Amino acid sequence: MAYYNEPTPEQIAEEKIYRQMAVSDDEFALIQKLLGRLPNYTELGLFSVMWSEHCSYKNSKPVIKKFPTTGPQVLQGPGEGAGIVDIGDGLGIAFKIESHNHPSAVEPYQGAATGVGGILRDVFSMGARPIALLNSLRFGELANDRMKYLFKGVVAGIAGYGNRMGIPTVGGEIYFDSSYEGNPLVNAMCVGLIRHDQIQRGIAKGVGNSVVYVGAATGRDGIHGATFASVEFGNEAAVELPAVQAGDPFVEKLLMEACLELIEKDVLLGIQDMGAAGLTSSSAEMASKAGNGIELNLDLVPQRDPNMSAYEMMLSESQERMLLVVEKGREQEVEAICQKWGLTAVTIGRVTDDGRMRLLHKGQVVADVPVDYLAEEAPVYHQPSREPASFRENQAKLVEDLSINNGTETLKQLLAMPSIASKEWVFQQFDYLSGNNTIVRPGSDAAIIRIPETNKAIGITTDCNAGYIYLDPYTGGAIAVAEAARNLVCSGAKPLAITDGLNFGSPENPEVFWQIEQAAIGISEACLKFGTPVVSGNVSLYNETNGNAIYPTPIIGMVGVIEKLDHITTQHVKTAGDVVVLLGRTVPGLGGSQLQKLIDGEISGKLPDFDLAYEARVQKLVLAAIQQGLLASAHDLSEGGLAVALAEIVMETPFGLELNLNSSLPTSVILFGEAQSRVVVSLNEEKLAALKQLAATYDVELAVIGQVNNSGNYILRLNGEEIIATSVVELEKTWKGAIPCMIND
Amino acid sequence: MKTAIVVFPGTSGEHEVYQVLTQYDVQVEIVSDLTTSLDAYDGIIIPGGFAYGDYLRSGAIAKLSPIMTEIKKAAEDGKLVLGIGNGFQILLECNLLPGAMLPNADLKFKCCNVPVIVENNQTAFTCDYQEKAQLDLPIAHWAGNYYCDPVTLEQLEQQGQIVFRYHNNPNGSLNNIAGIINRKGNVLGIMARPERACDQLLGSVDGSKLFSSMIRSWRDSNGLL
Repeated sequence: MAYYNEPTPEQIAEEKIYRQMAVSDDEFALIQKLLGRLPNYTELGLFSVMWSEHCSYKNSKPVIKKFPTTGPQVLQGPGEGAGIVDIGDGLGIAFKIESHNHPSAVEPYQGAATGVGGILRDVFSMGARPIALLNSLRFGELANDRMKYLFKGVVAGIAGYGNRMGIPTVGGEIYFDSSYEGNPLVNAMCVGLIRHDQIQRGIAKGVGNSVVYVGAATGRDGIHGATFASVEFGNEAAVELPAVQAGDPFVEKLLMEACLELIEKDVLLGIQDMGAAGLTSSSAEMASKAGNGIELNLDLVPQRDPNMSAYEMMLSESQERMLLVVEKGREQEVEAICQKWGLTAVTIGRVTDDGRMRLLHKGQVVADVPVDYLAEEAPVYHQPSREPASFRENQAKLVEDLSINNGTETLKQLLAMPSIASKEWVFQQFDYLSGNNTIVRPGSDAAIIRIPETNKAIGITTDCNAGYIYLDPYTGGAIAVAEAARNLVCSGAKPLAITDGLNFGSPENPEVFWQIEQAAIGISEACLKFGTPVVSGNVSLYNETNGNAIYPTPIIGMVGVIEKLDHITTQHVKTAGDVVVLLGRTVPGLGGSQLQKLIDGEISGKLPDFDLAYEARVQKLVLAAIQQGLLASAHDLSEGGLAVALAEIVMETPFGLELNLNSSLPTSVILFGEAQSRVVVSLNEEKLAALKQLAATYDVELAVIGQVNNSGNYILRLNGEEIIATSVVELEKTWKGAIPCMIND
Repeated sequence: MKTAIVVFPGTSGEHEVYQVLTQYDVQVEIVSDLTTSLDAYDGIIIPGGFAYGDYLRSGAIAKLSPIMTEIKKAAEDGKLVLGIGNGFQILLECNLLPGAMLPNADLKFKCCNVPVIVENNQTAFTCDYQEKAQLDLPIAHWAGNYYCDPVTLEQLEQQGQIVFRYHNNPNGSLNNIAGIINRKGNVLGIMARPERACDQLLGSVDGSKLFSSMIRSWRDSNGLL
């Protein structure tokens, strides 16, 4: 009998219907070979989502398996819902970043909201209580209504979900560049707190145990979301796929409380979020990890529409659902706890010993395939890679100088660039204070969250200057890690580990694949240097529109620990009379800088030289100086260089700065160059000698460049000549007003 | 003093209030909205968050919860009832306080610190503050734009029921209203979040006197030291 008017296995093969699910001819042949027969429509659906790049990493595996993933602090590395690092006192920090780029490009509010929902589930399914959210966003230039709509919608979606959950959204970053015009990026990161003894795994242990479904009912939303995320826009297959999910943070809040109570009461053997590829990936992965099989009776799955087929149920990405494995006989305990939270828990299947995923629906076996074929046997592609000609051209071109007529005006123009401008318009929409543990709020180098009942805090940041990676993926990849670590160190935190959100174009384009490879090498080397392994991550490829790839954007989310609350340091100057000191050395070159983008309209050329060993010494120096109580403030130099960093340390304070620099480098490089490994600090003059001694120990250059005063003015002289003279209030107005002005809000 | 922090499904601010109250010598319990009696408590606090998700008008579903009968009874009995943020919205929805909350004038959620003026320090919730004291308090809400009819507004003004006012109006609220009290003086709603301003490490301690006032008032009225 025909099942739901689905094509027969023979039709699927003859009419190549599998292509509509983004399964290639070769992959279809492989499925047929593995099974020893043709798959039916439901089974093909299972393979197509499990073998999508999103679930199988089939293109990125050869690259990401080279990341360093171990260290004494690592309690859980990649492969579970989230990675976990130890912060002492029997506590761990679980964290992960995830992309929701394609859905957000179609429906920004729901796309971003469900991105937040998904990453929250990844973290609380580990047993961790989420304590912070961050986001890393990329948009096209805010020049047209479409982009303004996407920007506003994404921000509102993140706010709508995170705020309702009562989890503070404490930080992140946003850049604007035309390369993201057709394909904005929305990456959400969640950080949770967990006791070591509560760590859960997504595993289907013990033959005969029950598989329990809890959370929202399954609907037709998001069917094939994982596949959708693994093809580029403009691809014909994508047109067929109805793919954006809708979120319900109220149900998620209940689901979170229920799951955390189930974990606290030790009722669960395994737990996994029904995220990408929903019921399929959660059940197949849990069974495969345990070396077991799984049998599900789909008649029992809570459904929004009674006429859903097995294919639709298995591929739905309806939100706010969790799959549990419970010891046989304890199902009622689970049901009771879920009921208390207003949720339905239903036993829909059992763990079996035959290693197969068997699906029953309306009296028929609608799928029967080995789970390992789904979870482990996806083909791995070693894509060809080719260095783009533009790379050599850029490497050969050192941008030595750019002409600046008026230093003050240039500074203001840079502060008004949306990538540098204040993001207050964004973060004020987030309840960043929820939980009452936010010590350092959004807008500083890193967010700082107190760990209750300890004298510790954690620092969290995300970082990625994609323009650098576009010009030089290896160096840019290393810089992304270095900047994240520098942000943490400037806040007083010791970096522990990273999660990476790898956003790239199509891996089938050899030049894009080369970017992926090179960036990954740079990231790996920097991770090794700073002792910050990769403990979790996400790969989002095919970020292209009609063949135009985004800037390669591997976002680094980093967590560090602050051993004593006294060590917390912010970027703002604190006291008139303090001296302002630049640590590190300014090297030539303006390639990739925001100044170049401002003046030339685009970036090109070689990045300023970057030395990982030197960077590590600068960071050790800053952390040591903070721990010895020498510094009043510390701020890393990044986009816009020294002049912008100096503005950032004095804006939103009642103070002023008087600065006197001496250098033989061009004014443009000294003021606005973006050489790495530099930190501007302020401190009491009495502590200067100790700082100088420390800098000598670490072999890092130190220059006293000025003083904090009460004038409310920013005066900067270079070789005796006044280059910048303005009131701080004036700068602040420009910096804060830029984004609201661009979006007419 | 024994205080109940009442939580609805979707409430998230209960632990923030709980942590603050445990700094004082009072008994405090988090109680679910399924609780059938609040008789055992001397004070009731409805904390911030999004009761029942607040997809409709904020508090519109929460007001239908059976616990509301108990909260009304506590108010009638003269017990101190404090609604913070979402709690204020719920007190308006159930008519324990007059008026309504509209979405913020700019239709955006807003989280930041704002200056708030103590307009009336002769209440059970504000007696530890100086009159006209300017407080640095966080706000975090999407619908804090207080509205009422002109007659009610006149009454609120005349009878000293406007207890807190914004110095710079962040949400379009009528007459800069940040917090109001009922005529009897035992039910207060405040849109700002005093419990988030009780620890210098987090930036401000200006909210703590609201809780100390409440506790002192209860002790005074019960003849306790």
